[in-house]
Amino acid sequence: MTTKPGQKGIRFIDEYRNTELSRRVIERIYRRSTRNIHLMEFCGGHTVTIARNGIRQLLPPAIEMLSGPGCPVCVTANRDLDRAIALAHERGVIITTFGDMMKVPGSRSSLQEAKAQGADVRIVYSTLDALQIARGNPEKSVVFIGIGFETTAPTIAASILQAQREGVNNFFVLSFLKLCPPVIKALLDEGEVKLDGIVCPGHVSTIIGSHPWEFIPRDYAIACVVSGFEPLDVLQCIEMLVAQIESGERRVEIAYRRGVKAEGNQWALKQIDIVFEPCSALWRGMGEVPQSGLCLREAYERFDAERAFEIDPGPTIEHKGCLCGEVLRGVKRPTDCRLFRHACTPEHPVGPCMVSSEGSCAAYYHYGADL
Amino acid sequence: MCLAVPTLVKSIDDHEALVEIGGVSRKISIWLTPEVKVGDYVLLHTGFAISVIDQEAAEETLRLFEEMALEDDG
Ligand code: SF4
Repeated sequence: MTTKPGQKGIRFIDEYRNTELSRRVIERIYRRSTRNIHLMEFCGGHTVTIARNGIRQLLPPAIEMLSGPGCPVCVTANRDLDRAIALAHERGVIITTFGDMMKVPGSRSSLQEAKAQGADVRIVYSTLDALQIARGNPEKSVVFIGIGFETTAPTIAASILQAQREGVNNFFVLSFLKLCPPVIKALLDEGEVKLDGIVCPGHVSTIIGSHPWEFIPRDYAIACVVSGFEPLDVLQCIEMLVAQIESGERRVEIAYRRGVKAEGNQWALKQIDIVFEPCSALWRGMGEVPQSGLCLREAYERFDAERAFEIDPGPTIEHKGCLCGEVLRGVKRPTDCRLFRHACTPEHPVGPCMVSSEGSCAAYYHYGADL
Repeated sequence: MCLAVPTLVKSIDDHEALVEIGGVSRKISIWLTPEVKVGDYVLLHTGFAISVIDQEAAEETLRLFEEMALEDDG
């Protein structure tokens, strides 16, 4: 187990990096585990914790960990990336985006390349920073590239509500927001991966709570435990999953109790519901999944970049040889990709799974999870 | 992308709060956590508090770890 330098003394983080306690949890997992099982960590944040701490290698060989589609940057389809990039080239447009999106290659280029060609693309830390840029540039159209899951959705809703209150009319959102439960359902219905348990995403559940996962044990007989992001959190989650599976039980449990309530953050959910409605969304690797995205409601259409601009992204071209889609479905590992570490590196990424810090390919690359 | 870190709320002014991260103060939005109080820890995600950390639950979880370790020894 490692502690990142400079992070010492942070409450609610350090305690969950305790090496001795982690060792004890691993011992108990060894004692309890009697059969071969497949667990999926849905969230890219968990993929990073597992890779960074070598958790896959510390677990009994009978426990197979698969990565899931829980990386918002990675699941953004080329078609949608192309739309963001096309919009960046429009006159009078300032694109604001989280930094993760800059290097992600679309069909022909990335936002970073668009910027190098003269487009006004700015990295923001928060949607409120994007709103601030809109206030400061009233003659420009400021578009925020809305990627993220349920965790990020309420922050985007809040910025739109704030813009409305203030009458900021040059602020727009291009929503690529996605919802996690519908895509897990789609993945399970596909039947390609056989799972015994799911490490459910922690901060998505902070917002939506644990109830939206209940269909998984009920309809698919798969164990579910909501996990935090420190090594001890993930190990505790795996122990709880193993305990459920070994005892034949299947239900939703919360291991990450300090960060997740069963009912979620109702107020935040309400903000999402005021501004957005579920709509179909395109996922890399999964295709079009009904009701798995969030689109702006009609009442907020004046903030909708989709409606405000004619966007022509041109034909979509997929990255040749890239297995990112299969990696996101849990059916291939980054090491199965012939380009991994050769043609595809974080400096020269072929697919988004190598760009995002929490993409599986990047996690394998940085932490040598393949070595 | 869904990264959120625990931070201590030092003061509150309407929908904004001053928090401390690694010894540095910064302003965040508490629009999504109207129940937050000074002295609470919140999970901070892209400039917003997205929940108030349940300190009791956190302590219970740690106690449970310690107890189970003791039982294993027993
Ligand atoms: S290593 Fe690169 S090319 Fe291969 S699947 Fe990952 S992102 Fe795609």
